[in-house]
Amino acid sequence: MTSVTMTVNGKAASGDVPGETLLSDFLREHLRLTGTHVGCDTSQCGACVVHVDGKAVKSCTVLAASLDGAEVTTVEGLANGELHPMQVAFNENHGLQCGFCTPGMIMSGIDMINRYKAEGKELTDDAIRHELEGNICRCTGYHNIVRSIKDAAASM
Amino acid sequence: MYAVNYHKPASIEDAVAAIGGADEAKILAGGQTLLPTMKQHLAAPSDVIDIRGIGGMTDIAVRGDTVTIGAAATHAAVAGSNEVGSVCPALAALAAGIGDPAVRHMGTIGGSIANNDPAADYPAGLLALGATIVTNNREIAADEFFTGMFTTALEDGEIITAINVSAPGKAAYAKFRNPASRYAMVGVFVAKTGDGARVAVTGAGEDGVFRHDGLEQALGTNWSPDAVDAVAVSADGLMSDIHASADYRAHLIKVMAKRAVAAAG
Amino acid sequence: MSEGIGAAVKRKEDKRFITGRGKYTDDIRMENQAYGAFVRSPHAHAEIRGIDATAALAMEGVIAVHTGPELKEDGIGDIITGWAIHSKDGNPMNVGAWNPMATARVRHVGEPVAIVIAESQALARLAAEAVEVDYEELPAVAAATRALEDGAPLLHDNVPGNLIFDWEIGDEAAADAGLAGAAHITELDIVNNRLAPNAIEPRSAIAVYNDIDDHYTLYTTSQNPHVARLVLSAFYNVAPEHKLRVIAPDVGGGFGSKIYIYPEEITCLWASMKTGRSVKWTSDRSEAFMTDAHARDHVTKARMGFDADGKIVGLKVNTVANIGAYASLFATATPTYLYGTLLSGQYDITNVYCDVKAVHTNTVPVDAYRGAGRPEATFVMERLMETAAREMGMDPAELRRRNFITEFPHQTPVIMTYDSGDFHALLEKGQAAADVAGFAARKAEAASRGKLRGIGYSCYIEACGIAPSKAVGSLGAGVGLWESAEVRVNPVGTIEILTGSHAHGQGHETTFAQVVSDRFGLPMDNITIVHGDTDKVQMGMGTYGSRSGAVGMNAIVKAMDKVEAKVKKIAAHTLEASEDDIVIEDGEVKVAGTDKKMAWHEVGLAAYTAHNLPDGMEPGLKEGAFYDPTNFTFPSGTYICEVEVDPETGVVEIVQFTAADDFGTVINPMIVEGQVHGGVTQGIGQALLENVVYDEDGQLITGSYMDYCMPRADDVPSYVLEHSTTVAPSNPLGVKGCGEAGAIGSPPAVINAITDAIGNNNLTMPATPQKVWAAIQEVGLPQAAE
Repeated sequence: MTSVTMTVNGKAASGDVPGETLLSDFLREHLRLTGTHVGCDTSQCGACVVHVDGKAVKSCTVLAASLDGAEVTTVEGLANGELHPMQVAFNENHGLQCGFCTPGMIMSGIDMINRYKAEGKELTDDAIRHELEGNICRCTGYHNIVRSIKDAAASM
Repeated sequence: MYAVNYHKPASIEDAVAAIGGADEAKILAGGQTLLPTMKQHLAAPSDVIDIRGIGGMTDIAVRGDTVTIGAAATHAAVAGSNEVGSVCPALAALAAGIGDPAVRHMGTIGGSIANNDPAADYPAGLLALGATIVTNNREIAADEFFTGMFTTALEDGEIITAINVSAPGKAAYAKFRNPASRYAMVGVFVAKTGDGARVAVTGAGEDGVFRHDGLEQALGTNWSPDAVDAVAVSADGLMSDIHASADYRAHLIKVMAKRAVAAAG
Repeated sequence: MSEGIGAAVKRKEDKRFITGRGKYTDDIRMENQAYGAFVRSPHAHAEIRGIDATAALAMEGVIAVHTGPELKEDGIGDIITGWAIHSKDGNPMNVGAWNPMATARVRHVGEPVAIVIAESQALARLAAEAVEVDYEELPAVAAATRALEDGAPLLHDNVPGNLIFDWEIGDEAAADAGLAGAAHITELDIVNNRLAPNAIEPRSAIAVYNDIDDHYTLYTTSQNPHVARLVLSAFYNVAPEHKLRVIAPDVGGGFGSKIYIYPEEITCLWASMKTGRSVKWTSDRSEAFMTDAHARDHVTKARMGFDADGKIVGLKVNTVANIGAYASLFATATPTYLYGTLLSGQYDITNVYCDVKAVHTNTVPVDAYRGAGRPEATFVMERLMETAAREMGMDPAELRRRNFITEFPHQTPVIMTYDSGDFHALLEKGQAAADVAGFAARKAEAASRGKLRGIGYSCYIEACGIAPSKAVGSLGAGVGLWESAEVRVNPVGTIEILTGSHAHGQGHETTFAQVVSDRFGLPMDNITIVHGDTDKVQMGMGTYGSRSGAVGMNAIVKAMDKVEAKVKKIAAHTLEASEDDIVIEDGEVKVAGTDKKMAWHEVGLAAYTAHNLPDGMEPGLKEGAFYDPTNFTFPSGTYICEVEVDPETGVVEIVQFTAADDFGTVINPMIVEGQVHGGVTQGIGQALLENVVYDEDGQLITGSYMDYCMPRADDVPSYVLEHSTTVAPSNPLGVKGCGEAGAIGSPPAVINAITDAIGNNNLTMPATPQKVWAAIQEVGLPQAAE
C-alpha cells in the first residue's frame, strides 16, 4: 500500500492504494468519479484521458501511487457553475452520440487547444484530426468532434 | 494487474538499493509501455522503481555542440525543448511524432530506449546520431547499447540517467506507421556527420533497430534522395506480419530513407 | 414549430454525457457486489478432460468457481438462434448446440469454461488464471471455405460437413438463361472481410438475485432489454419473466453487438443465485475481441450479364458465409433474408439467383453488425456494376442509370417490394455535390504531385424497419418485429413516452420527443422519453436494423392517435362543441373557428379529476399501442468517393466523400447527419483498415487495437452530405431509417475509387497500404503518374 494525496477537481483526495492501482481505477472505484471511462487495455482508445498538472494523460496508464501531490482534473471537474466552452461546443455541434468516448475527447480537446494557444499555432482541421490520434470514437465518424473542438477553440 | 510494490526513490543510491531489495524490479520512467505490458499480465515485476523523483532526471542542457537529455524527460519535453531544437531539430521532431499527445506527456526517452521495442522511434534516432547513453555506472555508445529486440547492454541494477547527443551536420527521421498500432512499421533516421552518413532503421528488423551499410555508403558518397535508388535493401532479417511482409518493409526502408534525406536537405 | 419534425434540435441527453454524469453499467455498484471473471479456452478446438479449481479456491477472497456442467445441471438452457432457415432441399438447418459455458468441448478461442467469483475484479481475474483446465487439443478450422472441404475438422456431431444450411433465393434456371444470352458477363470473386464491432463501451453485466422474493435484476449493456428478458426466461430458464427485471442503462454504442444475449450475462445471473451475491462482470477489450459477435466474413462468386445496351439480363451469386462456432441470435437471418433479398440493388433485373452456404468454424460466432447482410449485398452489386462499366468502356454512372428502377411499387425477383425512391435524383445530387465534372482536372493536379487520384460510385438500397411480423414469421423468424409505445399524459399536461426502442447513441430522447412536440405543440422540456427498463416499459423489441424510427416512432404515433381522440372527446364535452370541430395546436385544444379553447394541461387535469367527463369515459389520459409495419422501408442513396494513392507506399487518402441519401421524412437533420458520418466511417474502416485475422489453427491474431485497425480521426475526411426525399408510404411518419446506410453504401465506393486510381481491379478489403502497393506492382504504374 502506498499513501497518496492528490487534488482532484480542486478537492483533496487521499487514500492508501495498492502499488498497482491505476489512476483510472482510483478515480472510478475509490472516488466514484465514473465519468472517466476505460475502453481498451492497450492505452489506445483515450476514453480515460484526464489532466494531470494541466496536461492530458491516459489515466489507465498511470499509477495512482506516482501522483502524490499532483493536481488532477476529470470531466466532472470542468463545469464551474456553467458548462466549459468545450462541453457547450460538443452539444452545439452534435459531437457525441453514445457518450462513452466523450469525456476523453473533451479532455483531449481542451489540452490541444491549450497547447496550440500557448505556442501561438493555428489549430486547423487537419491538426485537430492529427492531435486526436489517441482518441477513438466508434459513433460520430469524427466529423462533428472536429467541428466541436474548432468551435471551442474560438471561444476558449 | 498483479500486485506490485511501488517505490519512488529520491536518489540513484536509493534506487539501486530498492532494485537490489526486490525479487524482480522494473524501472518506471514513464510507464507508457511497462504499464500496458503489466496490465496484460505479460510482465509481472514484484516492485516498480519510479525514477522520476531523482534530481536532475528530467533536465535538458546544452554544452558546446552536445545536448544532454535527462532519462526521465518526456517526449513532449524533448519535442518542445529549445535546447534539443538548437542541437538536433530532427530529434525533437522524432519525439513530437511518438505515440499520441497523452502518451507524449508521460513517456520518457530513457524508458523508450531501455525497453528497446523493435517498433520504437528513439532507438533509430540515437543510433543514427551516434548518441551516448549515460548510466549510473558508465557511458555506452549507442552502437553498443542496442543489442537486439527488447534487449540492451544494460546490466542488472544499471539505470540510465541521461543521453548525450551531438549536433549532426544534417538529420531527419521518416516514419511509416503501422495502421493499427501507429508504432513505426518502418522508421528511418538519417544523419550526416563529419564521418559520413549514418542510417538507422526501426520497426523492420527481426533483431530490432539496425544500421544499414548500403544506405550509409551511398549517402556518404552522395547525400541526396537519388542516391538511395541504387541501393539494394534486402528483405533478409526483416519482420513479416499481417501488416507488412519483409519485402514490403524492405521497399519502405528505401522510400522512408529517400524522404528522410529530402527532409534533411 | 422550431422543435418539431425537421428541426435540428440540440440533444436533450447530451448534458449528462458531457459532464461525466452518464450512468453506464460498469458505473453502477450494488450492495453486496462481487466480481466475476471467466476462465476461457486458449484453444480453438479441444475436449475438456478436467477442471481443477483447487488453487483458485484457496486464494483469499475467492468466493466460488462454477463450471459449465454445473450450469447445465441446474437446467440453464442452451443459447438459441432466432431464425430457422431451410435448405433448398427443404430440410431444416443443422446448428450445433451452444452451452453458455462449455460442458465437454470448446470450439473457439475465448469460449468460457468456468466463472470465478471473487471480492474484487483484479482478484477474480488472477484466480481465473489459477484455474487449471486439462484440454485435449483437436484439429481446428477457421476459414469457412476450408471448413466445407472433405476431411475438414468437424465441430458438431449433428452438423455433417460443418454445413448449417445451403439456402437459395430466386430462380436459378432463369438466371442461367439470362446469363447464357448475355452480350457481356462480368465475374468477380469477392471477400467480405471479417469485422469486430468495437462499441467503445465494453460489454458489462451486474446480476442481482434477491432470495426473499426469488427475483433477479440484470443491469446490462443491451440494445433490447425486453428481448433479453424474453429469451433469458423462455429459453435459458434463468427465471420466469415476472421474476426477472432487465435494465439497460446508458449504453456506449452497440452497432448490433449488444443485441445478443451472451454466455456471460446468463452465467452472471445464475452465479448470483448460486453465491447469493450481486455478480458484476465487465469485459476488457481483449475479451471483447474473443467474445463479442464478429461480422461479415463472406466469400462470394458473382456473375452479372448485360445485353448490348448495358441492361442487366441475369445475376448469379454463390456465397459461403462463416457463422462461427455457434449460431448466434440473428446469425442465420443475416446472410439470407438480410442479404439475398437485396441482390436486385437499385436495378430493374428480372433474373436473380443467390445460393448461400452457412458454415460452422472454430471462430467467435458471427452475427449482425451495422448493416447486417445489406453491406455484403451492396458490395457485390456495386463492385459488379463499376467493374462491368469499366469492362464495357462505359461511364459507371451511365450504366447505373440505364438499369435504375423508376416505377414504384417494384417487385424484385428476390421477395422485396420496393415502395418508393428516386434513384436518378440521388445520383444527380451526388454527382453535383461531388463535382464529378471537375474530377479530370483534380486528377491531373494530383498527378502533378505524384499522386494517383480515383473516383468510385456506390448506389445502394437497403431494407429497414424490420419488419412485418407475419412476413418474417413465414420466413422463419422466432419473434414478431413490431414495436410498442405508451403515451402517459400527466395531470399537469407533461408527457412521458415509454418506448420499447432503446437508444445507445441514436438520440431518441430528443427525436422521439420532437415527434410528440410536433403533434401536440408542446415544448420539448415537457416531454420525457422512458426506455431500457422492463419494469417501466411493458414490452419492446429494441433497437437494431434502423428500426427505431420506422417502427418505434410509429408506435408512438399510434398511441398519440388514441390520446388525441380522447383529448378531443374531453374538450368537446367541456367546451360544448362537436368532437369534429376540435383542433390541437400550439399546446391548446380549440374549437375551430371560435375563441373557445382549453389549455393542454387543463384537459390533462380534467381527465384525472374526472369531475366532468363524458358519460362512460374512463378517467386518466394514458394510451398504449403496438405498431406492426406493413412493409420494410427502403432507404437509398448514391455515395461518391475520391481517393489519392501514394504510389510509392500504397497509402490511400480519402480526399472527398459525398453521400446523397433518401431517408424519407427526417425528424432531426443534425442527428441523421451524425448517423451518416458514423456509418460511412465504419464502412471506410471496413474498406481500408479493419480485419479480424485468425491463423489456420484458429488462433486470433488481431486481439487488440495493436493489430485490429480502428478508424481514427486522421483516417477519414469531413463529409459532404446531400438529401433527396421520397416519403415512405408504408408508415404514418413517412420515415425510412438512417442508422446503417453509411456502413452499407460506403465500402464499394471506396474500393471502386482505389481500383480506378491504380488501374487494377484485383484488390480485396481492407485495402491496406501493403495490398494497394502490391496491386500497383502487379500492373505497373498507370500512365498519368509516370
